[in-house]
Amino acid sequence: MEKFIRHEGLVAVLDRANVDTDAIIPKQFLKSIKRSGFGPNLFDEWRYLDHGEPGMDPATRVPNPDFVLNQARYRSASILLTRENFGCGSSREHAPWALQDYGFRALIGTSFADIFYNNCFKNGVLPVRLPAAEVDRLFALCQATPGFTLTVDLDGLYVLSPDGKAVPFEVDAFRRYCLLGGYDDIGLTLRHADKIREFEARRRIEQPWLFA
Amino acid sequence: MALTLYEKLWNEHVVHVEDDGTTLLYIDRHLVHEVTSPQAFEGLKLAGRKAWRVSSIVATADHNTPTTDWAQGIADPISRQQVETLDANIRSVGALAYFPFRDARQGIVHVIGPENGATLPGMTVVCGDSHTSTHGAFACLAQGIGTSEVEHVLATQCLLQKKSKTMLVHVAGQPGRGVSAKDIVLSLIGVIGTAGGTGHAIEFGGPAIRAMSMEGRMTLCNMAIEAGARCGLVAVDQITIDYLRGRPFAPRGDVWDRAAAHWRSLVSDADAHFDRRVDIDAARIGPQVTWGTSPEMVASINERVPAPEDFADPVKREGVERALQYMGLVARTPIAEIRVDKIFIGSCTNSRIEDLRAAAAIVKGRRLADNIRLAMVVPGSGLVKAQAESEGLDKIFRAAGFEWREPGCSMCLGMNADRLEPGERCASTSNRNFEGRQGAGGRTHLVSPQMAAAAAIAGRFADVREIL
Repeated sequence: MEKFIRHEGLVAVLDRANVDTDAIIPKQFLKSIKRSGFGPNLFDEWRYLDHGEPGMDPATRVPNPDFVLNQARYRSASILLTRENFGCGSSREHAPWALQDYGFRALIGTSFADIFYNNCFKNGVLPVRLPAAEVDRLFALCQATPGFTLTVDLDGLYVLSPDGKAVPFEVDAFRRYCLLGGYDDIGLTLRHADKIREFEARRRIEQPWLFA
Repeated sequence: MALTLYEKLWNEHVVHVEDDGTTLLYIDRHLVHEVTSPQAFEGLKLAGRKAWRVSSIVATADHNTPTTDWAQGIADPISRQQVETLDANIRSVGALAYFPFRDARQGIVHVIGPENGATLPGMTVVCGDSHTSTHGAFACLAQGIGTSEVEHVLATQCLLQKKSKTMLVHVAGQPGRGVSAKDIVLSLIGVIGTAGGTGHAIEFGGPAIRAMSMEGRMTLCNMAIEAGARCGLVAVDQITIDYLRGRPFAPRGDVWDRAAAHWRSLVSDADAHFDRRVDIDAARIGPQVTWGTSPEMVASINERVPAPEDFADPVKREGVERALQYMGLVARTPIAEIRVDKIFIGSCTNSRIEDLRAAAAIVKGRRLADNIRLAMVVPGSGLVKAQAESEGLDKIFRAAGFEWREPGCSMCLGMNADRLEPGERCASTSNRNFEGRQGAGGRTHLVSPQMAAAAAIAGRFADVREIL
């Protein structure tokens, strides 16, 4: 997994609450058996005027000029600023895969759906929860300032805006450790293989019906 | 110390705890389907790892499978490839049980687990599917996971997780005629919102839950995720135990007696502390219909579509405005005047035998309204389909003009050929009314099976209580 320590990048805004994973990556693209290549279909139904199907050449698609990510000022954005409950709905990890493949490294919002939030950390994408007033402030700053960038610092646990204001955020210590180091958490878990085996042996005796 | 059911289930499965409380939680049952598993099996293979406990795996193909012409196989080559990839992965890794495409016991993963007794009280259950919360109806700590976590569970039989907060949804009273578990849970989501349960495990309790069938409890827990909660829970009682007795993977003989004795302890202690409590009176809930593009955008059948100006919060107001535009609805329209084009009775929310019986009771002796282009019933599994046919339900639906299909996820998310066309309006017993969920441009209204049946007959939303 790609490490995340500190990232400075252009910010794009998606001013909607409850952005669901069906919107982030529609179902027809879930038929892929790969982890990569979802970026061109991120927000497919909002981003294009024609209907997208797997295998289409993105160059032949008709972009929706009204969709925010198609605006020139947000091209090459790597931080997405959004509202509450981003990533609600299905557990599809294709959602963070698509965001990452598009080029987003960090997401900032007031809240994220639980499964989506968790999936981001497995893919080197950092979801940052900030208080609503801070999110409002960043929206106002970003909309007023073409080329608006932010620095998201996981090591220092703050979001730095160009006016010099640093806003702190929280992340579980273990998630932070994994992301800072880019660790494969299966490898970390297997350090406890003996404990897992012990647990299993005990449960087989106590509740044998679980192992039928 | 008094414990909630969630805390009891959690404590029973702790293998190791990190300094910050992140816990290695042992997983008893791993349900697998074709959409979210291929990358996990590939990752396992690339890393040279083996599956930790193959006998925890129960697998089926459900999302991509067609619901007509099974003899023809799967027409879409990429859907077929995904299903064949699952076949190959299970062949090489193994499983306790695999119900492949066209197997007599194939079906939606959240229907087949319980009906085969592969979901048992006290288990931790995971699946790469958010509606895994369904299995919480059996007092399982059941949750949806992403594909990286599918790989993690395959490789280690554990999940890395922090304990959630707890929420008690206490449902007093009893629902009136024509009001079901679906209406209760939609009404709840209308009250607390789709982020209301974020970070929480929701336990459903109270007199309405105690009187509810396992099918109803599964519907409730299924939609806990639509309230933002990764898992829903219902305590074990006699109804739970009676449901499981004799199921293929349920224990037998002495082991059954030991298991059942343990299962009876899977209830929250009387004075257990919940971080949040929500009280609902089932008797006050009417049949529900969603009008927007989020399950929280819901009203009773006798209400009207709201107007954006009813909402003070600007983000919410804009959301409502966008939803009405997408749904092609005018503010203040009575819900009962909304005409529909298609009817979908199915999905992991409402495709079990009790759901089909309830819908058939409304449909019996009646005909689809002329404006209904397609009405389909998609049973949750081969076993549900066979049971329904043995009761003659298929004949009732067919006589009314419904199509009687093969089992699968079908038009809940339209990964197979069953989809809405742009602008089409559907009364659907599924769980999500997001933009494009049932097909690009499609308009989904979530309802109970009885309400879907009533809409099929009336050609518009109708109060099922007036038909009963």
